[in-house]
Amino acid sequence: MQLVLEKRAERSGAVALVSPLIAIGLTVVTMVILFAILGKNPLLALHAYFIAPLTDGYSLQEIAVKATPLVMIAIGLSLCYLANAWNIGAEGQFLIGAVAGSWIAVKTQGTDAGAWVLPAMLVLAAAAGALYALIPAICKVKFGASEILTSLMLVYVADLFLDYLVRGPWRDPNGFNFPTTAEFDPVATVPLLIEGGRLHLGSIIALLVVAAAAILLGRTIKGFEIRVVGAAPRAARFGGFNANQLIILTFAVSGALAGLAGIIEVAGPVGHLQPGISPGYGFTAIIVAFLGRLNPLGILIAGLFLALTFIGGEQAQIAMKIPLDVTKVFQGILLFYVLACDSLILYRFKLSFPNRQVARGTH
Amino acid sequence: MELIEAIILAVLAASTPLLIAATGELVTERSGVLNLGVEGMMIVGAACGFAGAWLTGSVFVGALFGIVAGTMMSLIFALMALGLAVNQVATGLALTILGVGLSGLIGAGFVGERITPAVHLAVPGLTDIPLVGRVLFGEDAFVYFSIALVIGVWWFLYRTRAGLILRACGDNHVSAHALGYPVLRIRTFAVMFGGACAGLAGAYLPLAYTPFFIPGMTAGRGWIALALVVFSSWRPGRLVIGAYLFGAVTILQLHAQGWGIGIPSQFMSALPYLATVIVLVLLSRARSGGSTAPAALGTVFVPDR
Repeated sequence: MQLVLEKRAERSGAVALVSPLIAIGLTVVTMVILFAILGKNPLLALHAYFIAPLTDGYSLQEIAVKATPLVMIAIGLSLCYLANAWNIGAEGQFLIGAVAGSWIAVKTQGTDAGAWVLPAMLVLAAAAGALYALIPAICKVKFGASEILTSLMLVYVADLFLDYLVRGPWRDPNGFNFPTTAEFDPVATVPLLIEGGRLHLGSIIALLVVAAAAILLGRTIKGFEIRVVGAAPRAARFGGFNANQLIILTFAVSGALAGLAGIIEVAGPVGHLQPGISPGYGFTAIIVAFLGRLNPLGILIAGLFLALTFIGGEQAQIAMKIPLDVTKVFQGILLFYVLACDSLILYRFKLSFPNRQVARGTH
Repeated sequence: MELIEAIILAVLAASTPLLIAATGELVTERSGVLNLGVEGMMIVGAACGFAGAWLTGSVFVGALFGIVAGTMMSLIFALMALGLAVNQVATGLALTILGVGLSGLIGAGFVGERITPAVHLAVPGLTDIPLVGRVLFGEDAFVYFSIALVIGVWWFLYRTRAGLILRACGDNHVSAHALGYPVLRIRTFAVMFGGACAGLAGAYLPLAYTPFFIPGMTAGRGWIALALVVFSSWRPGRLVIGAYLFGAVTILQLHAQGWGIGIPSQFMSALPYLATVIVLVLLSRARSGGSTAPAALGTVFVPDR
């Protein structure tokens, strides 16, 4: 007797709807075990992770601030993954966007430059992120080089480039030798939504991006092409859809969104360019994209949920001395459960009782 | 002379983890499975390897810890990608994300600790030969083992029946299944071998390369190992050339930083990563006639019974 996978006759809609919830449930159970191993009270730890951040206004705003880059990047990645193009270098595109936008902020610092500065920074950051993402896309389309490896390698390059800038030419002369630029001028800063709060205009932009992606995927031919190329490449070829063109397009869009997220983070919550502006947003966004089932609305919810784990992780560290790495473990386990549950949409388990003699013959 | 010898020794040391990890991944990919989680398995191997050596005082036990840790990680991958037929690219990414977190958790208590690193071979008379003595007769056990590993894998893949069957699974899993070979079981073993090698390669870093553990110390070596497998056209012999070339680039840029030529250090540090991109492009371009990758690489296989 053994447990085998069997293909379902059609996708299970019911499983598709509840699978992210099952995944979250299984992750929480696993975390309880992990907390117990670490010698922490699991109930208190879960409370610190998932409940405490929801109980005060400051943390709620902070969740929205953290979710902003995650959602923007994940929307772009979902387009790539739907089209079966594997951009895993969003972290690098995020950093390059931050660098490109900061260039304007640094160059106009202390001048009487007007209100054009911030819009110019946003546009330049998006363009730079798109161009940076086009490198692996073009290498893939023109030469057949694995976009997975090239896009990932470029993350390290972007990281080193940013490091060079803030330690070298862009370092704040009054910054006591810390590797950071000077604080951006007010015209180069993303405005806050509530005076004295944390919530900023970037969150509105992220919501617009979600809406635009929902329209693109649900209401336009391009969106249809993206979904068909990924789901049924042969059918797409017969339909005359150009898969290479879609790889270029989805990479460019996801790079632009990651770059935009990068400058919004730097010109918003951070306020200056420095190393370590991202706690791995580009990689966590991969989890967000899958947890959200590559669906814009799902990604919005998933982004808020993973932002909650970031904030909860920080609070659990302060309150209970739980290491920050637990958050990463949590996110990794979550992605595993999401993928495993997704498998049950297409397959179901079946107990099989192979005829012993036949079984011996086939092995 | 001294400098040249020092550079060769450093290149060998920098290449060895790449070679071990890439050899394991080559076997995995030859069976048709693309495990992108090498970086994750390596970093967990590094943390567990250091923990093992620190707790027991033995580098050998540390290496065993690394191997076991890498294998356990690869079993998670096998369960997902082979057992549940999940997309291999996504599963590999998940493995890396999980591995980075786990290694931070395991290694947190060991940051700042030191161990006695792996001893180097010393043969009276031979090791003292100028230039080649220490290169040939004065390495640590990992370096010699990595060479033996590649030769062993080459022999297995091309000179044994089991190796032929493994390659058959990688090229056409439907035919291999029809001939009665247990495709998923063979692939599971191949994935476990890849995990064991990645764990050992990771353990090499804190056990021999530097005698301490730093979070994130693999620094993308797992990804470079993946690129090396592509570079090698899935042949063990070329893997050796590729690994030593990359080791050379890494060491030369470090020395160039030391010589103080006017290029910022960050640009030099970016060289190994840029070189990987350029090599991937040039190779893929040269091969535009036909791919040398195992035909079934990365595809899901659910046997219908």
